[in-house]
Amino acid sequence: MNINVLFKKKKPKEDKMSPDFQPQEPDLLYREIHMNGSPPIRMEAKNLTVKYGTVTGVKNVSLPVYNEKVTALIGPSGCGKTTFLRALNRMHDLTPNAKVTGEVLLDGNNIYAPRVNPVTIRRKVGMVFQKPTPFPTMSIYDNVVAGLKLVGIRNKAFLNEVCEKALRQAALWDEVKDRLGSPGGSISGGQQQRLSIARALAIEPEVILMDEPTSSLDPLSSSKIEDLINDLKKKYAIVIVTHNMQQAARVSDNTGFFYVGDLVEFGPTDKLFTNPSHKRTEEYLTGKFG
Amino acid sequence: MTTNQTASHSLVLSRPLPAIYRWLGDKIFLTVAVTLGLSIIFLAGAMAWVLINDGSLAFREFGVIGFLTGTTWDPGVNFTFGALPFIFGTVVTSVVALALAFFPAVAVAIVIAEYAYGWLAKIIETLVHLIAAIPSVVVGIWGIFVFAPWMREKVYMPIFMWAAESQPSLLPILGNPIGYGMTTATIILALMIVPFTTALTRNAIRQVPKEQREAARALGATRWEVIRMAVLPYARGGILAGAILSLGRAVGETMAVAMLIGNKNTFPFSIMGPAATMPSVIINEFREAVGNLHLSSLMAIGLVLFVIAIVVNLIAAYITRKLAITGGQGI
Ligand SMILES: Nc1ncnc2c1ncn2[C@@H]1O[C@H](COP(=O)(O)OP(=O)(O)OP(=O)(O)O)[C@@H](O)[C@H]1O
Ligand SMILES: [Mg+2]
Repeated sequence: MNINVLFKKKKPKEDKMSPDFQPQEPDLLYREIHMNGSPPIRMEAKNLTVKYGTVTGVKNVSLPVYNEKVTALIGPSGCGKTTFLRALNRMHDLTPNAKVTGEVLLDGNNIYAPRVNPVTIRRKVGMVFQKPTPFPTMSIYDNVVAGLKLVGIRNKAFLNEVCEKALRQAALWDEVKDRLGSPGGSISGGQQQRLSIARALAIEPEVILMDEPTSSLDPLSSSKIEDLINDLKKKYAIVIVTHNMQQAARVSDNTGFFYVGDLVEFGPTDKLFTNPSHKRTEEYLTGKFG
Repeated sequence: MTTNQTASHSLVLSRPLPAIYRWLGDKIFLTVAVTLGLSIIFLAGAMAWVLINDGSLAFREFGVIGFLTGTTWDPGVNFTFGALPFIFGTVVTSVVALALAFFPAVAVAIVIAEYAYGWLAKIIETLVHLIAAIPSVVVGIWGIFVFAPWMREKVYMPIFMWAAESQPSLLPILGNPIGYGMTTATIILALMIVPFTTALTRNAIRQVPKEQREAARALGATRWEVIRMAVLPYARGGILAGAILSLGRAVGETMAVAMLIGNKNTFPFSIMGPAATMPSVIINEFREAVGNLHLSSLMAIGLVLFVIAIVVNLIAAYITRKLAITGGQGI
């Protein structure tokens, strides 16, 4: 009998794959189709359903994530925004009772295909959480390069360079450059959140997922992070969950409106906010519920 | 909006409790809590006072330093009492026992908290708790009839024979291979504190927030890497404090050690040969203590033990506070 049977391995694929396994090169034809006319799609959910036991988190959601664009997800509390977001980098693998069906394509390849290693996917699809999550005992420097050290990069000069670059991108460099050695838990909440972003950027993902990244921050820190998102979208595809309508309107190019597990409407942000096609969306945007 | 409405409704519907009752409840609770708290402090103080009072004869006779550093314990002829052999025996057995127990205990705690399926974790945990529940004297009996003879046959004798043939100079360091002695007692002690260290480590690991693990996962960490970069650093204060509390446990463990350590009161101790610890000498001698000075010396040893126990616990509390993680989610 395989010893692994005895251990917590809800998703037996995880960690079992050889670490150097990479998904295949993106399908060229697929890329071409999207290059012509519509902006290129970096990620795409197809008929994605996530269930927690008998509770349905999201059902049958199909949604594209365009490259170099910001996609905002809005909707009332408990409608499945976080659930959907976590399905995009296989974070549900860690939730014992969560079950994902459907497909999520990253550059045309299904990340839920049998031989895909979730660890590789998470390196390509980074995530920033609602609460700042620096590793409190690690120094600021070590926090930023934590993801690089995981894959065995030890070259000091290279790490220094990446650290500075990521911190600059996250608009944190000037505030911490003199104390890179102090613990990640020793800076303010807003700085910690930007540190979490820098840490996600350092491994150069393709897509960045952000779950209410400014909800625990003051207005000044929030606006810094919004500026940062505007900046980052020149290079990355970004998906952001937010409860703040103005924020969604300010930073995003496309918006998806979720309601009790359904994606009610998805479209360009200006259109969705000024002229929604669905009654529910309009009601939500005008504050009739939620 | 809606919550405000329900709140005001319920205020109208149910009459609020008169303030006097609430004030009274507060006062009663405060009084009970303070009384209980104070009586515990009083109890500890009274114990310390008895130990100091009864041990003072020994301290006066040999001086505090003289008593603590004295190497002769002779209740039979010269009535000279020095505690160093027992302090030494206690420190060596408990520190080495902790060193032996620590890594296995942490490993088991990691398996329980992070790796094993729910049911398997429960089984392992129950087994570990069962070890902790075995009365010390039963462990001692098992040691006397099973473990010590086995150690003598399979470990001490071969080593002794080898040394006798090729390295006679080692013989005094190794000591008599009778089976009862410092090494046997230390190994048993290690076994006895493993459950304790495991439980404390597991608690520390369980307190690591989910967000920390997920943050590591989101960076592409594998399961073991999550433990290494997020879980263990976050839990290090709790783990260290647990280790020190386990040390306190080992220092005070009496019965099994007294049954297995061979009880030799005089220096020098050897690796395999008999020795003694503070608790073991107290339990072995307090009933047939001859004369006031002997009894007082035992009391003085009790006082030293008491102080060590308090210091160990204070250190553990200090470490918990010092290494407690406050950051990680905004300060
Ligand atoms: N781990 C879980 N186990 C069981 N049910 C869950 C779990 N996580 C979420 N759910 C359920 O799934 C549904 C969607 O939750 P989700 O967290 O995705 O909502 P959300 O849109 O992010 O809400 P919020 O805006 O409050 O963050 C809810 O009904 C929730 O109760
Ligand atoms: Mg959410």
